[in-house]
Amino acid sequence: MYCTYPTTHVESVTCGSRHSDGAVRYLSWVLVVEIEVDSDPSGSDDEGTQRRPNRRQGAGRGGAKGRGRGKKPPSEDEDEDEEDEAPRGRRPANKKKPAKKHGGGDEDESEDEAPKRKRKGAANRKKGGKAQDSDEEDNDVGKGKKGKKGGGRKGGKEAEDSKGKKGDAKGKDKGKDNDKDKKKKKKDDSSSDSNSDSDEEESLSEGEMARLMEEVEEKKKLIATIRNKPWRMKRRLLNLKEAQGFVDKFEGALGKGKGRKWFAYKVMMKKKWIKFQRDFENFRTACIPWERKIKEVESHFGSSVASYFIFLRWMYGMNLVLFGFTFGLVVIPEVLMGLPYGSIPRKTVPRAEQATAQDYSVLMDFQGYCKYSVLFYGFYNNQRTIGLLKFRLPLSYLMVGIGTFGYSLMVVIRTMAKNADVGGGDGDEGEFTFAWKMFTSWDYLIGNSETADNKYASITTSFKESIVDEQENQKDENIHLRRFLRVMANFLITCSLGGSGYLIYFVVKRSQEFANRTDLSWYEKNELELIMSLLGLVCPPLFETIAEMEDYHPRIALKWQLGRIFALFLGNLYTFLFALFDEVNTKLEEEDSIKNASLWAMKEYYANYTFMINDTDSTPPPMNPADIIRGPCWETAVGIEFVKLTVSDIQVSYLTILIGDFARAVIVRFLNYCWCWDLEAGFPSYGEFDISGNVLGLVFNQGMIWMGAFYAPGLVGINVLRLLSSMYYQCWAVMATNVPHERVFKASKSNNFYMGLLLLILFLSLLPVVYTIMTLPPSFDCGPFSGKAKMFDVIMETIDLDLPAFLGTIFSYAANPGLIIPAVLLMVLAIYYLNSVSEAYQNANMELKKKMQMARDEEKNRRNNTDSTNQVMKDLEDLLPNRSFMPPAPPSKPEKMPELEAKPTKTKPGSAGRGVNLQRDVTLASPNPNARGPVSRPPGPRGAGPAPGAGPGPGRGRGRGPPPR
Amino acid sequence: MGNKQTIFTDEQLDAYQDCTFFTRKEILRLHGRYHELAPHLVPMDYTKDPDCKVPLALIVNMPELKENPFCSRIVEAFSEDGMGNLSFNEFVDMFSVLSEMAPRELKAIYAFKIYDFNVDNYLCKEDLEKTLNRLTKEELTPEEVQLVCEKAIEEADLDGDNKLSFADFENMITRAPDFLSTFHIRI
Repeated sequence: MYCTYPTTHVESVTCGSRHSDGAVRYLSWVLVVEIEVDSDPSGSDDEGTQRRPNRRQGAGRGGAKGRGRGKKPPSEDEDEDEEDEAPRGRRPANKKKPAKKHGGGDEDESEDEAPKRKRKGAANRKKGGKAQDSDEEDNDVGKGKKGKKGGGRKGGKEAEDSKGKKGDAKGKDKGKDNDKDKKKKKKDDSSSDSNSDSDEEESLSEGEMARLMEEVEEKKKLIATIRNKPWRMKRRLLNLKEAQGFVDKFEGALGKGKGRKWFAYKVMMKKKWIKFQRDFENFRTACIPWERKIKEVESHFGSSVASYFIFLRWMYGMNLVLFGFTFGLVVIPEVLMGLPYGSIPRKTVPRAEQATAQDYSVLMDFQGYCKYSVLFYGFYNNQRTIGLLKFRLPLSYLMVGIGTFGYSLMVVIRTMAKNADVGGGDGDEGEFTFAWKMFTSWDYLIGNSETADNKYASITTSFKESIVDEQENQKDENIHLRRFLRVMANFLITCSLGGSGYLIYFVVKRSQEFANRTDLSWYEKNELELIMSLLGLVCPPLFETIAEMEDYHPRIALKWQLGRIFALFLGNLYTFLFALFDEVNTKLEEEDSIKNASLWAMKEYYANYTFMINDTDSTPPPMNPADIIRGPCWETAVGIEFVKLTVSDIQVSYLTILIGDFARAVIVRFLNYCWCWDLEAGFPSYGEFDISGNVLGLVFNQGMIWMGAFYAPGLVGINVLRLLSSMYYQCWAVMATNVPHERVFKASKSNNFYMGLLLLILFLSLLPVVYTIMTLPPSFDCGPFSGKAKMFDVIMETIDLDLPAFLGTIFSYAANPGLIIPAVLLMVLAIYYLNSVSEAYQNANMELKKKMQMARDEEKNRRNNTDSTNQVMKDLEDLLPNRSFMPPAPPSKPEKMPELEAKPTKTKPGSAGRGVNLQRDVTLASPNPNARGPVSRPPGPRGAGPAPGAGPGPGRGRGRGPPPR
Repeated sequence: MGNKQTIFTDEQLDAYQDCTFFTRKEILRLHGRYHELAPHLVPMDYTKDPDCKVPLALIVNMPELKENPFCSRIVEAFSEDGMGNLSFNEFVDMFSVLSEMAPRELKAIYAFKIYDFNVDNYLCKEDLEKTLNRLTKEELTPEEVQLVCEKAIEEADLDGDNKLSFADFENMITRAPDFLSTFHIRI
């Protein structure tokens, strides 16, 4: 303690002049505390004598400043504190408590008795002198903590003395709060630390323990939530330090006796754990890639464009996991432990193809060596286990195929749920139109002047629109035209959708014809892909042009556009799929004949072999694996189709960016110098980033991956590469060649819209894959499931061979329709139940909202006037039977009525738009009650008759209430 | 790595992480940005808690704030002296509140402070007019501005005093669907 003191001194002196006051105050304190603690054992008399000089010294040191402060500043301090704390809710309570707690159990008492004791002390000791007087005075002025200080010191004869002192020190710390230095604080902590050490010798009672524990918990909570407090950072830091110091100090003290060490250990481990968690969190956020890139895009183009890139990043993360599964559990084991290339027919290029197998054009079509590689289904062997590890490859293949869908479903749904959760505000349109526009329309992310200009313009327009909307609720003469245009737009789009569907169907048919011919030109070979890409290229802009007619808000227009392009792509995709199925079916037939032929050849060979050699051993025929007849292997064919489609999609989209955006930008930029009109502002201009097209491209690409991944495990790898490269490429393209949207709009919750599309696509791509797995027989001579009747037989096999017998029987029971049907029923029931529960919640929600609205109206009205503006309520009041028997309204009421009338019009949010009209209404109607006013007064004595008091007055006043019978 | 240690002590970094929504790296980056603003004013070594402030004019020029019509108000709201001079603590505070992770309630408090131009703890008509003029670059006619301000107050004012108290503002802003997505700055 003593050794730390000088350092504090030096530091507190060196610190800035702002702090010097506090430093001096503090110093005097440290002195007193230290010496008192030191003298504790030496008895009360001694203590008294020793303390006085110290106090003197302290006071003297404080000098003019200290003294001056003695009177006024503390009160000021306190006042300020109070002011500061007033709006901060319950924090002050927490903050003051520690002062109490530090003192331990007796502190309460000492606080209560402080003035008394202090007085006593003063009386006893006449030498108290000036210093004490001043002290007393400032106690009187500033009460509270200061009082404690005096009390603690003077009454301090018992053992609790030191505690009291400590409490003082703390209490004073708190009082000073703002002008304190951290170093001093540390010092203070250390000094009170030693005090607490001495405290611990006197065992804490249960109550104290509990309170301390509570206090520590509270502090911990504070530490956890301090970042949510609306305080200045400095204050936050101070409070944090304080709280941490407190927790550090007392957490260890909470354990008792033997348990103490264990407790301390636990505390330490907890701290370590927290530290680890934080480090981990830091690491995790550091691992999120492209944060800066996206931020840059966001600041240039607003959040809607950035939402695309965030979506892309999310997609990349998901695909990385899928890639990990596929490569870790299927591809790598096959490469490492499976048979090498050329060992069996399915892993060898057939003799006929070998000559061209390495040609570039062949490889680009994924034929030749590509076809007989790990990229595709056909390469995998049907050995049950491979390698030393007895890795069950076929089983793993099937499981990964199913797991891909399972994982994707889970992730998409979880993300959707999370997004919906974050969505927050229920977005009641119409309630706060103007206020929301005013306070939330500026996108704080914008950091680019062009975007900002666009934003200003769009905000101004939107305000003007709302003003117009408010003034004349709806332009009635236009609505028919608009409706007509919308219907027409939809009609046109449906037509073009149908047309594109037919075109694809036509092309697919043609390509099937082509399949039988060999003399195909390049165009004829790639017709299908070309047409599909072209449609994807032409249709979206066409839709956009048509959508111009509809005149929607861009956010709504974006959704329509997305939906339409989605329909287009979906149609294309499914036409493609059906064509593929046709192809698969023909391949299956072909395969049957080949299978028979090869079986026959095999039999022939064996017959001959046994006949010649007279050996029944089935030695394999001495044939090169390349020469063996093999089936068409439809799975690989499907896989190749998907890979080709994906690759051509990548090419097309990259070329589109390069030509449509980059070349255009270059031309516009450089030809502008020598052109007859302004290219930048005029016709070609720069491109805008096409959010809907890009999002859908991404979504459909993902659908393709999901569908093809089962037949081409390498597809996932290709996709990861694609996403990675397009992240950089598109970021560059958008920054270099695009201009912000003319009407910048926010991407409000449209993320979930993307997710919804993704979920739909996932489901749609799940169907064909599951269908093929469940119904089509796998090829007899390629792939991990060859030789089985159905692909999922591999599971049955595993159950039969590897799991104990009883599990097999259990599965066979579970597969019984008698069990499955009730299970399905149960699930349907569960869905029904959950659905109705959620509906009930929704109703309750609506009810609550209504209530809140009512309360709000009520509140508003109470402020405005004492009357209720709720029309229904007034009508009800009007209908009350004993209305007419009620005593007449006091005469003062009618005088109020005109003003009552004027205001309610204001409080109706819904009708606000017709403000002007209403005003006129009111003025027209207002004579009515006034005219009635005199009539309503006289009937008092009669007690009957039409006596609408103040209640019905206004209602009728506005000409809406029913007549008073 | 070595030079990271000299900017802040580990305790300081931990404390900042506890008090803000930033990670260690982000705090160091923030310090870098802060240092960039006024290299001659701001020391690289923050272990001793130097007392220095960067004036409003420099902060407002940050690309993150430059285009914001309320940039000066943002800075003023976060500066302790109300004049817009920010110490590093306040600087960090500002971006912490405006970060993505900050909760709605906290953001609402500071949004209120930002829109409260005359610092009287109420959003009165003049405040709204100023807000609106900054949002639209004064392209609306005075009548339109009047109308919009009146409507906005009318919509959100619960207690009928013709100005928005914090309670009114909070009630309104917590229901706004776009508030969270727009009231944040990435740094």
